[in-house]
Amino acid sequence: MPTKITIPFDKDQLAKLSAGDEVLITGYIYTARDVAHKRLCELIDTNKELPLDLSDSIIYFAGPSPAAPGRVIGAAGPTTSYRMDAFSPKLIEKAGITGMIGKGSRSEEVIAAMKKNGAVYFAAIGGAGALIAEKVKSAEIVCYEDLGPEAIRRLEVEDFPAVVAIDSTGRNLYETGPAEFVKF
Amino acid sequence: MRKINYKTVVEAVEALCLKAAYELPEDVENVIKESLAVEESPLGKSILKQYLENADIARNKRIPICQDTGAAVFLAEVGTDCFIEGGSLTDAVKQGTAAGYKNGYLRKSMVEDPIFDRKNTGDNTPVIVHLLETEGDILKLTLAPKGGGSENMSKTAMLKPLEGEQGVIDFVVKTVTESGANPCPPTIVGVGIGGDFEYAAFLAKKALFRRTGEPHPDPRYAEMEHKILKAVNESGVGPQGLGGRTTAFAVHIEKTGCHIASLPVAVNLNCHAARHASVSI
Repeated sequence: MPTKITIPFDKDQLAKLSAGDEVLITGYIYTARDVAHKRLCELIDTNKELPLDLSDSIIYFAGPSPAAPGRVIGAAGPTTSYRMDAFSPKLIEKAGITGMIGKGSRSEEVIAAMKKNGAVYFAAIGGAGALIAEKVKSAEIVCYEDLGPEAIRRLEVEDFPAVVAIDSTGRNLYETGPAEFVKF
Repeated sequence: MRKINYKTVVEAVEALCLKAAYELPEDVENVIKESLAVEESPLGKSILKQYLENADIARNKRIPICQDTGAAVFLAEVGTDCFIEGGSLTDAVKQGTAAGYKNGYLRKSMVEDPIFDRKNTGDNTPVIVHLLETEGDILKLTLAPKGGGSENMSKTAMLKPLEGEQGVIDFVVKTVTESGANPCPPTIVGVGIGGDFEYAAFLAKKALFRRTGEPHPDPRYAEMEHKILKAVNESGVGPQGLGGRTTAFAVHIEKTGCHIASLPVAVNLNCHAARHASVSI
């Protein structure tokens, strides 16, 4: 059975999560993709204020499809995370994010920053956009509206299904999972 | 010469965009179910089940299967005995796509310029149309919306002719296993062999338009497809790259003749949400 966890996470709760655990996440998360990451990091580099408070927050690498009338959001699955690898260490260290949700493995630099700051990386199921849309209870644009699907949105999620892919000790399911099944 | 009205094409394309985004094709749903029977990883099984659940929700509630509703890639098989009256085929496809992505609340994922600005065009154009001539007076359009995650893991190689079958197999297996979780496995692996640099890439894309799991008509190539699939599924990558027995659902090869000095190979990956829809006009 998946473990239910709620945001904001406390560090003890995060430390207990282990790579391979299936979880259901409830609370508020922020979407951001490539360009939003670049803009946030440029603000950090120039010591300017961020347009949102990211301390103890979770960033979801996602650009949902538009909401049809009567719906909160369109399909809302994850995008591939490696494109954010150059920016994530800065957001962990300087902006205080404690979690990321995406798909695919992360760089050594990201994992090192996660270990140092007790952050966790969750894998959401890529290509399950309709299923995830059902778990989103509200959505609003916070900033960078000009980016369209890539704007930063605040999503209220309930029982959002994910897997702990890289835990706060650096254990990486993208390595240990396939190693269990490889035949060559 | 049969006349086909421009507006008929526009409307057919609009409907195609919606069908492709919301309805996972039966052949893809079948290979997911078949994989459930052989997948040994409990997490892998759980993921495959969620793919099926996702397809049901998408179909019944008219929510896109995946938020990446893709670049609109069309294969247009144009009968030599028909023509479009009132405009070009490419324009009709473009107009239909823009209408479909707007009216179907699909994500617009195309930018105007690849380097400078990268401003979203807002209507999912430009579209990509591959024209093929066929006999008869029918226009058949197939749309395969192509997500960025799997497209980004695609590769081409110009092998030495004597590297032959094993050279091709090694290149394809390496490309698939190294891409790990990124293309949203289990994937459908399109392989183009022969032609030249760009034609091999086109053949790899064309291979993805085949009915999932249907073998190549030449038994030698069907055997190669089988060998590659077996090797890829021994990599352990598994569903979503988190470990398991199913890394690919199928391998499709398309081939053609080539220069005496060359052995071009291309690999085009499709995610598990291998959307495609056709209409014949």
